[in-house]
Amino acid sequence: MHLIALKMLTGDRAKYLGLIFAIAFCTFLLENQTSIFAGILRRTGSQILDVTESDIWVMDAKTEYFDQTKALKDTDVNRVRGVEGVQWAVRLFKGNAVARTMDGKFAASLCFGLDDATLTGVPRKMLVGSWERLREPDAIVVDKAGYLLLFPDEPLQVDRTLELNDHKAVIVGISDASAPFLSVPIIHTRYSQAINFVGRERTQLSYVLAKSAPGVNLDEVTHRIQAQTGLLARTTDEFRWDCIWYYLKNTGIPVNFGITITIALIVGTVVAGQTFYLFTLENLKQFGALKAIGVTNWRLTRMVLLQAITAGAIGFSIGTGMAALFFELTLHKIATRGLVLWWQSVVLTAGCILLVIIIASLLSIRRVVVLEPAEVFRG
Amino acid sequence: MDRENSIAVVTRGLKKRFGGNGATVEALRGVDFQARLGELTFIVGPSGCGKTTLLSVVTGLLDPTEGEVDLFGQGIHRLPANQQIDFRRQNLGFVFQQYNLLPALTAAENAAVPLIAGGVKWSEAVDRAKALLDHLGLNGRRDALPAKLSGGEQQRVAIARALVHEPRLVVCDEPTAALDHATGEKVMELLAAKAVHPDRAVIVVTHDSRVFHYADVIAEMDDGRIVKTEDKRLKEVLA
Repeated sequence: MHLIALKMLTGDRAKYLGLIFAIAFCTFLLENQTSIFAGILRRTGSQILDVTESDIWVMDAKTEYFDQTKALKDTDVNRVRGVEGVQWAVRLFKGNAVARTMDGKFAASLCFGLDDATLTGVPRKMLVGSWERLREPDAIVVDKAGYLLLFPDEPLQVDRTLELNDHKAVIVGISDASAPFLSVPIIHTRYSQAINFVGRERTQLSYVLAKSAPGVNLDEVTHRIQAQTGLLARTTDEFRWDCIWYYLKNTGIPVNFGITITIALIVGTVVAGQTFYLFTLENLKQFGALKAIGVTNWRLTRMVLLQAITAGAIGFSIGTGMAALFFELTLHKIATRGLVLWWQSVVLTAGCILLVIIIASLLSIRRVVVLEPAEVFRG
Repeated sequence: MDRENSIAVVTRGLKKRFGGNGATVEALRGVDFQARLGELTFIVGPSGCGKTTLLSVVTGLLDPTEGEVDLFGQGIHRLPANQQIDFRRQNLGFVFQQYNLLPALTAAENAAVPLIAGGVKWSEAVDRAKALLDHLGLNGRRDALPAKLSGGEQQRVAIARALVHEPRLVVCDEPTAALDHATGEKVMELLAAKAVHPDRAVIVVTHDSRVFHYADVIAEMDDGRIVKTEDKRLKEVLA
């Protein structure tokens, strides 16, 4: 009877393809939008994750997210170093500078000043050039997207000169830094150099990057830092999530994406569910004939479930394939780099599609089960 | 086998009421009916007289309000639901007015459905159905979908579906109603030639008087009762 069920499903090509398309479209929209949403939220903390050497970020006690900084005192780095369980601690400066090419093209950029001695926080993956050259005078490393923003359609090339807030800067390396929340060039340089670029103020230190000692509980160290310095200490993962929650609570991003995802879910559910339900209704007479012939309700239920699961699986697979293709095509584009199809999104969508299929199946099965087989005698 | 021992279907005092709360319709008002093996029994009468209801109750698709139905000595309505379905699948074949073929299956696959439902392997069931379709004169059309078949051909496929599992009782509900006279004649001729068998009873519900001459027994119904029974076999015996 399984083959009969599948032949019934695929017999009317137009309805079958309509059903598959509805599920595939719903799948694509859900996976696409939830993955982009997750990817954009991930970008809010991407520069935090790019710093791989340290595991603790220390900042002003009122800091809520990465882009909101209040300068610390230069002595704070030594106070952090003095906390038990801290293996080492270094300075990190974060500021904004206007980068301008010799042709006059300019862009506001995010400028990181790294500890002069250790260069902690430098992007380790370089596409062109070398981060070790940051020790040279006026040296900066710029990310690929920023480079292409300043030098559109030009090959990646080091030793080119920029102006950063009217100071000369030489590109010694082009990095593959993660995409930031805003599409601005990301510039890494030495701490002392960055202060020159951005402009000296009374206090300069944005963050203290610290590393916990081996074998020491990370949470205990952050609690000790907070207790002893009065500053806020967060692990890399905690700080990344702080940023995500801040944007979730304080921006329209979740509402915007939420509406799209909800509409995708509702439209997909209604169209896919209703198409399958109508498909069953149109086959009721055939189900009635099968009942009269002696096919049990349980076997008919299995037939309907098989039809629903088959349509759902094919539609979901096609939709997931479309979503994967979309992200494959956009992954290497500058504006959408780093946006990928999240496995969590695939699992979530699979759950939604399964729910749709179950609801549509239950409604359909109910109609089949309550159907009087004697109905087939009524013309 | 003498005629008294060849009784396949017996109903006694069969009543069927529909509805309730003052809007009751009495479709059957105490029907006593018999059908014998090896005979073509017609149930005839005007529309709304209760023919189809009688057929539904006899085949176990509807429960009677009162009375009993024995199929081959088995009280079908006394069987538990699952056994009733099994009994129907093994012993009954159906021919419907609107054929009720599955549009996605070929003629042979449609005819094979009762075998497949009974657990026979797909290929074996389809092969047996193809052989039967050849026997019924549809050898060139067995791989055609119902939409590509004429009304007469569809009804022949439906007859094949009713016979393929060799049931002991075949019931036909207005098998010629959707066909023109000539095609209807051919379908009835086929039914009389291929379905009637010493081990099988055939009941045909119809109001098409042009095909009455195929009947061995005609039970005429009116207003939920059998008002007249004409037994041609008995007449032949007596003559």
